[in-house]
Amino acid sequence: MRALGWRLAGLAVVAALIALWGEIAALKLVSPVFLPTPARVWTALEHGFSQSDLGAKLVGTVSHMLGGWAAASIAGVALGALIGSSKAAREYIAPTLEFLRPLPASAVIPVAIALFGLTPQMALGVIAFGSIWPVLLAATRGFAAIEPRLVEVERVLGLTCWQGVVKISLPSAAPDILAGLRLGLTVSLILAVVCEMIAGLDGLGQWVLLAARAYKSADIFAGVALLGAIGVVANAGLSVVEARALRWRAPSAR
Amino acid sequence: MKAAKALVFPVVLIILAEIGARAGGPSDSVAPPSEIFATFLDALRDGSLLAATRDTLISAFAGLLVGAGLGLAVGLALGSIRTLDRLLELALELLRPVPSVAVIPIALVALGFGYSLEIAIVAVACFWPLLILSRAAVRGVEPRLIEVARALRLSPLQETLKIVAPAALPRIFVAFRLAAGVSLVVAVTVEIAVNPQGLGYEAMTAGQALRPALMLAYVAWIGVVGYALNVLLILAQHRLFGQAGRVEAAR
Repeated sequence: MRALGWRLAGLAVVAALIALWGEIAALKLVSPVFLPTPARVWTALEHGFSQSDLGAKLVGTVSHMLGGWAAASIAGVALGALIGSSKAAREYIAPTLEFLRPLPASAVIPVAIALFGLTPQMALGVIAFGSIWPVLLAATRGFAAIEPRLVEVERVLGLTCWQGVVKISLPSAAPDILAGLRLGLTVSLILAVVCEMIAGLDGLGQWVLLAARAYKSADIFAGVALLGAIGVVANAGLSVVEARALRWRAPSAR
Repeated sequence: MKAAKALVFPVVLIILAEIGARAGGPSDSVAPPSEIFATFLDALRDGSLLAATRDTLISAFAGLLVGAGLGLAVGLALGSIRTLDRLLELALELLRPVPSVAVIPIALVALGFGYSLEIAIVAVACFWPLLILSRAAVRGVEPRLIEVARALRLSPLQETLKIVAPAALPRIFVAFRLAAGVSLVVAVTVEIAVNPQGLGYEAMTAGQALRPALMLAYVAWIGVVGYALNVLLILAQHRLFGQAGRVEAAR
């Protein structure tokens, strides 16, 4: 009940902020070229969906983001499992990965363009490369930090290697991996937008940049609002998955 | 021994790249590492590399200072005033997932190309980690220290400056370190996407001019700068906070 009250108060604050924004824009304290009124942004959204192809751009961005993220997640977990479970691999490969990690993912964009041109494959490669790091490092850590007693259990039960991975290692590393997946999703949305801006691929990144070139501030804000909405929905979706996947863990262990 | 093992993998990769690139003949998209290194030295000698590095770092640091400063202020306020935090929670939850690069078009229309555009985007990106982590750091201050402040009848400002800030400082520095990494990444990203200056732009132009050696030299240099920045900040953290900093880094 108390929490609901605060939630409503928070909602009121959001409404007040939007009203304040509306006032500032209506009084033209900031030039309308930069700052449209909320009403104009709403009209731009409606118009974009009904008359223009804003819906297709939304789908484009979401599919770029999810495609690259899925590829990165699968490859990241697999590689992380290999590197994390072997001491030799950790000693030889992990330092190189630590060195590569701070490399801005966007820095590979020129390289990817040189290799693939301004194509959807280029975007997929860049997004996957960028969002693999959090997953890869988290999976490596997760698989390396498996409780030794669990490994003994695995031996005693005579599990095969594959069974050991699926029944013992993967659940044990799951919290780390899920945290990595969440970070990776954030990165993949950012890179999807950047790739769409540069390569002119169908998506919200291209939409907002074209709107900026035409000085259509309402269209820019509409696109940015949709990008924020993608972020909110993606995060909420992962939270649900996380809560379900980790339900077996005792609350105190979390 | 450990360092030697760490070096084996990259050395093997570089040798393979050298052999592969040489076997493939002249190319518009890849170059052998030896040629990349020679091109790197040329760019270093004629000053273009250093000028681009300076442009990128100026934007990154200015944006970091603005964004981290604002994030810290808001984070401290939200951390110490529970009511304010609850009221703004929803608004922040709705704003935070907006990717920083999505702000590029807005800043582009308002500010045009140049330093200010890049600084604005970097500031937006650095604002969030500082806000979230400094808020958490203030909440994590030992309650008994707060009781001491109450017992000493410190004013809220004194309490913040003398008790809360020093106690939360190691964790806030970790946030600052993370934000510094973010600032470089975002600066380079803005340069690659739209802004015609700095390392990211030079790498893009070199690629478009079909000079793969120069492009890869810039990309590798961006990596070196990012790595050096990270190492410096970790050293500073250990220096400044000793054991306290190390504990936080391990978490």
